[in-house]
Amino acid sequence: MNDTLVMAVPLSHYIAVSAILFSIGVIGILMRRNLIVMFLSIELMLNSVNLLAVAFSVYHNDSNAQAFVFFIMVVAAAEIAVGLAMLVMIYRNIRTIDIDALKQLKW
Amino acid sequence: MAAALFYSLSLICIVSSLIMIFHKNTMYSVLFLLITFFSVAGLYVTLNAQFLAIVHIIVYAGAIMVLFLYVIMFLNMSHIVSFQKSKVIKIAATFTGLMVFLVLTASLSSATYNSNAVAGQDIGLASTLGRVIFNDFLIPFEVSSILFLSAMVGVVIFNKKDVIDE
Repeated sequence: MNDTLVMAVPLSHYIAVSAILFSIGVIGILMRRNLIVMFLSIELMLNSVNLLAVAFSVYHNDSNAQAFVFFIMVVAAAEIAVGLAMLVMIYRNIRTIDIDALKQLKW
Repeated sequence: MAAALFYSLSLICIVSSLIMIFHKNTMYSVLFLLITFFSVAGLYVTLNAQFLAIVHIIVYAGAIMVLFLYVIMFLNMSHIVSFQKSKVIKIAATFTGLMVFLVLTASLSSATYNSNAVAGQDIGLASTLGRVIFNDFLIPFEVSSILFLSAMVGVVIFNKKDVIDE
């Protein structure tokens, strides 16, 4: 079934899905002022890039891209751990996770 | 039938990610992102990348989502919080995102993809991918463990209570 699927769906449709997910992530990170939702949007953008890399690797019959996707997942996990630790630290200092409260460096 | 699986999975993925960025409640945002992660894992399965699908579910739906939910409960944020100040930001953000999508599609619409996919390929299986990672990417694989260690040390240092309160 999977062999027919790779032939049935063209590569450009996978690219379209990745582009839509990436744009949704961009909209989310620009629109929301909630730090947690901004982190979730970063995760969504990383996922769209991963999906794109896997699609290209399958359609070009090259497994190096899937190893790269594995390392991207590793880095994303470490990044989210450090980012959430910073979020908790910010919350302990200013008692909110509103990103607009963090403008002490502006002036 | 096989193509319908791809289209329904991508529809679930896009709709739940849209709900994720527009929902007022942070807890529901995290849960809708969980649906997005599972459908992306389904898309990996349609691409015959079983190893990455399993790793994706373990890492994202297992580890990262638990971390997010734990932080939300720790900050006591399961009620509705709305920080949105102005409508101008919302409109400008949506416009910018649509511009990004326009640029991506316009640059990709004229491209040609010469696919050389073969039937019955096994590059996504754990045996093949493990051979690739431990032969070609051995040093990056070991370095990533040091990355995890440094991330763990960083998290502990970030959240250490300051003993010197001067």
